[in-house]
Amino acid sequence: MSDEQLIPIAPLDGKPHPVVATSHFGFRDLISEAITALTARPARTLLTALGTILGVAALVATLGLAKTAGSQIVGRFDELAATRVSVEPEDRSFGADQRTISVIPWDSGDRLQRLNGVKAAGTKSDVDVGSRLARAVPVIDPLGQTEFQVPVIAVSPGTFAAVRTTLETGRYFDEGHNDRADTVALLGPNAAARLGVTRVDNTPAIFIGEQPLAVIGILEDTSREPDLLSAIIIPDETARLYFGLSAPASVEVDVEVGAAELIGSQTSIALSPNSPELLRVQVPPSPRGVQDDVATDVNSLFLLLGAISLLVGAIGIANVTLVSVLERTGEIGLRRALGATPGQIARQFLTESASLGALSGLIGTSLGVLTTVVISATREWTPVLDPWLPIVAPIIGAIIGLIAGVYPSLKAARMEPVNALRSF
Amino acid sequence: MTSPVVELEGVTRTFDSTPPVEALKSTNLTISSGDYVSIVGPSGSGKSTLLNVLGLLDSPTEGVYRLDGTDTSQLGERRRAGLRATRIGFVFQSFHLLSHRTATENVMLAELYGGRDRKNRKARAQESLEKVGLGHRLDAFPPTMSGGERQRVAIARALTAEPSLLLADEPTGNLDTVTSEAILELFDELHRSGLTIAVITHDVDVSLRAQRRVRIRDGVVTEDTLPAKADTGQRSEWDALMERESATGDELE
Repeated sequence: MSDEQLIPIAPLDGKPHPVVATSHFGFRDLISEAITALTARPARTLLTALGTILGVAALVATLGLAKTAGSQIVGRFDELAATRVSVEPEDRSFGADQRTISVIPWDSGDRLQRLNGVKAAGTKSDVDVGSRLARAVPVIDPLGQTEFQVPVIAVSPGTFAAVRTTLETGRYFDEGHNDRADTVALLGPNAAARLGVTRVDNTPAIFIGEQPLAVIGILEDTSREPDLLSAIIIPDETARLYFGLSAPASVEVDVEVGAAELIGSQTSIALSPNSPELLRVQVPPSPRGVQDDVATDVNSLFLLLGAISLLVGAIGIANVTLVSVLERTGEIGLRRALGATPGQIARQFLTESASLGALSGLIGTSLGVLTTVVISATREWTPVLDPWLPIVAPIIGAIIGLIAGVYPSLKAARMEPVNALRSF
Repeated sequence: MTSPVVELEGVTRTFDSTPPVEALKSTNLTISSGDYVSIVGPSGSGKSTLLNVLGLLDSPTEGVYRLDGTDTSQLGERRRAGLRATRIGFVFQSFHLLSHRTATENVMLAELYGGRDRKNRKARAQESLEKVGLGHRLDAFPPTMSGGERQRVAIARALTAEPSLLLADEPTGNLDTVTSEAILELFDELHRSGLTIAVITHDVDVSLRAQRRVRIRDGVVTEDTLPAKADTGQRSEWDALMERESATGDELE
């Protein structure tokens, strides 16, 4: 000890010296004191943090799984419904009379094909054949039934792709068949079985009433229009010429994923520029809407559970911080003697509890993300997570720690140094 | 003549109880730079109140307390705390060391609130520990140290901020005679190097080491004009007085 540091700061006029040192507690010291206090008893720190860890983990896992599951459901919708657009004429009443006037043009398929996002499009109409029955051969078999009531459906060549059919044998009819109104037909598998047609390499003939048709193919399946499976399918022009079909009854469109809404809004104008309101366009429900519905259902319950565990976690932190304030009464007294103000004492305990909360949030977020990934892996889902979630969750933890630390910190700050020092 | 470190002028401390307790009555006391003062008195005499007022842990209800010439009654808590951090070093009976921190870290605590640079804090702490003879125990944790070593760490902590006044409250109260003697020798040494020391005690041996002795009884402070211990003729009377007082104190405790 030299004498140098004992220089008095007494001013000449006897008033308080203006440059008396103020108590100072730097940010780095604050953080390092908080970390030292937390690491002094790691087991206790971890146990204190457990409630908040679980709460944050539950929140993150809930939001993550809801998002993941929502995306999965939308993904499944994509396969069938989300890429389907269909058009039917709107019912219109004319005075007392209610009739359906179809304004769907014959070349609907070609028109829609030109829209960006349409994969395939074509018309489809039920053909009224009256009481005419269908038979495979003009032979009268007295023992068995050879004539059947079989529905007849007229389609344009593009419709097969639009409703995603697969072929059992033979071929589809093409634009040429349609343009020439060739008397050709495809059979749905059920219709083929009833009519006894099993092979088409010799183009067997069938009759609807007295009208012969050459069978050029048999369908295997369709993923969208099951009524095709038990029908005789003929080209539009053939139906028009031989069966008096006046206008197509509907249009089927297969669109790119995500294009359904846009195509839906363009279709009616493309098909009926003068009176688009006469068409009713059906588009799949918005994927976003579906996803939100699912997310909301799953979320509300688990978010509540997460919130409850966060509350429990906050109470845990508050409780242990309070106990630790009481335990460290002597330390608080010492710090006051070493030059800490009540505010600095409060700040120190607040920083400790906030750091603890942030740490809990970080661990909880990691656990939550891990849970989401593991559950997704077992379900063979693709884990989907909002990017803000891993950032916001630790902040929530820190805020919880901060709130939990308010009362214990105030209590620590209010301690009289004199009493606190005696309690050691 | 050296300048005063501590000047108490008519300092009174009254506690708001029913009836109000006047723990310190119109006290005048001056401690000059380089003084070694012992403050003796039984429990309940106002000793602790005087210590708290001197240490700026408590404010007088009346009167003026000037530390290094600064009138502390005019200061807010931040500046009072700043004065505690930079000008007063505390040594307590029960050491007040943090058991989860090494000796060096405990000493470093002293600079936490003083606003000195962080960079050389560790070096200064180790220097202080070497000064009190603990250069070989820098990284020891308090629970593994003897009572004497712990009190040396506490003294090193009080010294590292280079205070104007070292305030010791029963510094040997928890130590055996041999260790006490070593600590008191350390105090003597610090006194010789020019440090201003005020020791509060009821131990006669401790008070006799001081160059000035102040007695306090029922809140009244009187400076003992008896000569230092070198004058053996007067010593027995002083001893008898002190022993009687400490006996009373022990009973109260």
